[in-house]
Amino acid sequence: MTRLDDEAVSRLRAAVREPDLSQTKYRLAGVAGTGGMGTVYVVEDTELKRRVALKVLDVPDAGIEARLRREAQVLARLEHPGIVPVHDAGALPDGRAFYTMKWVQGDRLDRRLSRPVPLAERLRLFLRIAEAVAFAHARGVLHRDLKPENVMVGAFGEVLVLDWGLAKVLADTGGLLPARRTGESAVLGTPGFMSPEQSGGESATVDARTDVYSLGAMLHWMAGGNSPRPLQAISRKAMAARREDRYPDVLSLAAEVTRFLDGEAVSADAESVLRRLARVAKRHRVALGIVLAYLAGRALILLFTGR
Amino acid sequence: MNRIAVGVLVGGVLGILDGLTAWFTPEARPEIIGIVIGSTVKGLVAGAIIGLFARKVTSLGWTLAFGTFVGALLAFAVAHIGGKYYLEIMLPGSLVGLLTGYATIRYGRGASMHPAPGSGAH
Repeated sequence: MTRLDDEAVSRLRAAVREPDLSQTKYRLAGVAGTGGMGTVYVVEDTELKRRVALKVLDVPDAGIEARLRREAQVLARLEHPGIVPVHDAGALPDGRAFYTMKWVQGDRLDRRLSRPVPLAERLRLFLRIAEAVAFAHARGVLHRDLKPENVMVGAFGEVLVLDWGLAKVLADTGGLLPARRTGESAVLGTPGFMSPEQSGGESATVDARTDVYSLGAMLHWMAGGNSPRPLQAISRKAMAARREDRYPDVLSLAAEVTRFLDGEAVSADAESVLRRLARVAKRHRVALGIVLAYLAGRALILLFTGR
Repeated sequence: MNRIAVGVLVGGVLGILDGLTAWFTPEARPEIIGIVIGSTVKGLVAGAIIGLFARKVTSLGWTLAFGTFVGALLAFAVAHIGGKYYLEIMLPGSLVGLLTGYATIRYGRGASMHPAPGSGAH
């Protein structure tokens, strides 16, 4: 009997997991990534002659299959430039559920920000994420698993929020989505980005402020360890243990970050007169610099000409 | 804000400051109001001319040189009316032009790059 080495075993495992794409319009082109629910493959759509991402379960499972279908249905109702669009959904010849979506070429946010990126650019990326999440909230959908790994940044700076597998539909205005009951004590989310109510298993009572918490954690992570004090105050408020102490919605959080970017005062941070003066001077530093340059030049002229 | 507006704004503000500095010349103090008004108008005119230039020529170096020249030229015209204090008027005037030129490029928005409506894009 021949023993298989680890590499051969992992290759065999991958071959077994590979989706059966016969009798479909898709041809396998590669693996984009793996997640908790299944694997995302890059496939060629032979009819439209384009590459798309195909998400499929690794093994048939009725419970997870329902979640995958639901994720596709949730995504289908969220048409927004910051949310990955779904193209197709169904079952493969091998019985596994799948859906296809836009193949986003770019970096995951955590990888993008592992390189040096200026704070202002990081915050602009954050605002685009917040905008997509606010849109979902307006459509009655909570993400519940916001973290840097679930955000893709495209080659042209476009931001796409992915992995809506844990999304919760608060209000199904169209009546199209089947209600999915989450066990009242189920813990869903990712430690470090998960709100206290999620880690406490209160999944039934979560609301928009749960995503506000996760966005606050992302803001804290994106801004880096030595972020300015007002920014720290914003993420602290967004990550308050009590929901009542957080920003009431994502738009309020985004407005605070925008105020910070514009050099304005933020409500989360009470500033002293000195710090306010310093902020205003920094905000108008070019204008101030021009006036000071004139005064300095004029003083020199006065000194040398006496007039 | 477009470059002409920035030029007018900065030229005007620096013109007021320029006029106010006449206070340090005791013999000019009785005429300070007229000097401030004249200096402000000079700054506004210089700002508009420099802003127009900066809109066409987007180079910082050329705009600084042109701003200094325009500031000096207008100040020379003002000094020529009085027939004295040429250097004392032209040096600060050049400084106003130089700083206005810098501000138009640094703060002002250049010409739009968007295609005209109905140009058939998309």
